[in-house]
Amino acid sequence: MSFEMYQDNILDHYENPSHQGTLEHPTFEIRDLNPLCGDEVRIQARLDADRLAEVRFEGKGCVISLAAASMLMEEVEGKTLDEVKKMGRQDMLDLLGVPLTTMRVKCAMLPLRALEKAIHRYEEQGTMPPQVT
Amino acid sequence: MPNVSTRQGQTVLDAATLRRDFPVLARRVHDRPLVYLDSAASSQKPLQVLDVERHYYQTSHANIHRGVYVLSEEATLAYEQAHERVAHFIHADWEEVIFTKNTTEALNLVAYAWGLQHLREGDEVVLTQLEHHSNIVPWQQMARRTGALVRYIRIDAQGRLDMEHAATLIGPRTKMVAVTHVSNVLGTVNPVAELGNMAHAQGALLCVDGAQSIPHMPVDVRALDCDFFAFSGHKMLGPTGIGGLYGKRRILEQMEPFLYGGDMISEVTFEGASWNDLPWKFEAGTPPIAQGIGLAAAVEYLEGLGMEAVQAHAHLLVGYAMEQLRQAPDIELYGPEAEARGGVVSFNIKDLHPHDVASILDQCGVAIRAGHHCAMPLMRVLGINGTCRASFYIYNTVDEINVLLEAIGEARRLRRR
Repeated sequence: MSFEMYQDNILDHYENPSHQGTLEHPTFEIRDLNPLCGDEVRIQARLDADRLAEVRFEGKGCVISLAAASMLMEEVEGKTLDEVKKMGRQDMLDLLGVPLTTMRVKCAMLPLRALEKAIHRYEEQGTMPPQVT
Repeated sequence: MPNVSTRQGQTVLDAATLRRDFPVLARRVHDRPLVYLDSAASSQKPLQVLDVERHYYQTSHANIHRGVYVLSEEATLAYEQAHERVAHFIHADWEEVIFTKNTTEALNLVAYAWGLQHLREGDEVVLTQLEHHSNIVPWQQMARRTGALVRYIRIDAQGRLDMEHAATLIGPRTKMVAVTHVSNVLGTVNPVAELGNMAHAQGALLCVDGAQSIPHMPVDVRALDCDFFAFSGHKMLGPTGIGGLYGKRRILEQMEPFLYGGDMISEVTFEGASWNDLPWKFEAGTPPIAQGIGLAAAVEYLEGLGMEAVQAHAHLLVGYAMEQLRQAPDIELYGPEAEARGGVVSFNIKDLHPHDVASILDQCGVAIRAGHHCAMPLMRVLGINGTCRASFYIYNTVDEINVLLEAIGEARRLRRR
C-alpha cells in the first residue's frame, strides 16, 4: 500500500517543524481555524520595512496542516509582503509536492490563508489584535 | 421476512443478505471494497426507496393540493399518506408531523416559532454539553433576541448526563429543555423521558433532537411525553432534503408559523392572512413531495426489519468494535459502555490526528468521519480537537469491523518514531 500523501519529507516537517514557536516582538500575528475540523494555527511575523524578517507558527492540527505551516514559514521568511500576497493555492501545493484529496487541500491551505488574512488586516489597520479568528 | 432471523431468542438482522438492497455498498474505492462506517452522518439508501421516488416521478408527479386532475390528486394522496406512515412510526397523529428539510430546520422551527413567541428576559433554556451545533446555535440566537439565558447540563467522565446537575438547572425560570436523544459523538442515550418529567414539573417543555435515535431504536413520542421531536430522513435510509418535526397538537395549534407563503394559509386578503390547518400551517411553499414519499418507503423498510432487530444489530456491532478497540493500548475510546449507547464509536489513536487516520482509512476503502462532528463545545469538554468516529447501521457486518481494525494498523505506520 502506498500512502502518497504521507511521504517522508512531509512527515519530516511534521515531526521536526521549522520555525515553530513565538516571537518576542511580532509586528502582527493571527490565529485562524479550519471550521471543518477545528484545527488551528497561529502565525507571528516581524517586519523589516516591507519584508518578513522573522516568522513563527504554532498549531494544533493534522500532518498536512502542520507540515504545510512549517514549509510555508521556510518559504516566506525574507520575502516581501507583496511577494507573499501573490502566492496562491498552486504555490502551496507545489511546496508540499504530494497529491492531496480535495478535502485535504483545505488542511494544506490553512496556514497560507491565515498569513494572507493577517497581511491584509495589517495593511488595512496597521496593527493586529492578538486574537483574531 | 428473509433478512431477519432469531438467534438465542433474539431477533437479528441478516446484514449480508440485506446489503443486496443497497447498490452503493457493492462499489470499490481506491481499489478496495467500500466499507461504509459513516451512517450517523448519512445512511445509504435501499432500492426500495430509490424505486419509489423514481416511480413517483415517472407516473404521478404534479404539484400537490388545489389540483383537480388525476396526477395532482395522486401526488397529494401519496404525500399525505407519507405523513401518516411517518407519524404512525413514532406513534403520533398525522397532523402532528410537519415535514421539514432536516433536523436542523425542525429545531430552527421550534426555536423561531415557539421561542420568539414564548421566551422573555430572564427565562432559561436548558441544553446539554452533548448537543450538536444545530441544537445550540438556534437557542443561542433566540436567547440573544429575547434576553433569555442558555444553560448546559454537564456530562460525567463516561459521557452520561449528570442528572443531579440537571435537577439543579431545571427550575422555575426554565421554559424549554432541549436535548439530544442519542449523542452523535459519544452515542450516549439520554434519559429524555425523565428530563421531560423534570421539565413539565416546572411548566417547561421538552424538545428532543432525535436525529441519531430514530434510525436506531423504537421511538414512541407518547411514551416519551416529549413536546417536540425533530428528526432527519437521510440518516434513516430516506432521501436527503426531508426530515420532520413532531409537536403536540395543542402546542402546534397555538404557535405562529415559521415560514410564510403558499399552502400554509387559509385565506389571504390585501390586509392580512389566516393560517391553514396542521400540519400545512408549517409547510409553506411546494414541499419535498418525492422526498416525503421516499421517507415513507424508508420507514416501511425499517418496519419490515423491526426496530428491535435494528437496535440489536447496532448493539452487536458496537459491542464488538469497542471490545476490539479497547485491547489496543494506544487507542482512547470516548463515551459510555456499549449497552448504553447508539450505533457510534468515537476514538483517537495516540499521536495521530483524526484527519490523518481518516485519510489512511479512506485509502483502505474505509469511510469514517473525523473532526469535531459539529459538537465543538463537547470537544472542549473532552479536551480534544476531534475524534475518529465509526458508525454502524443495518447493513454493516463484523467482517467490516475487522477491515477497520486492519486499516487502523496501517494508520499506525504514520508514527515513524
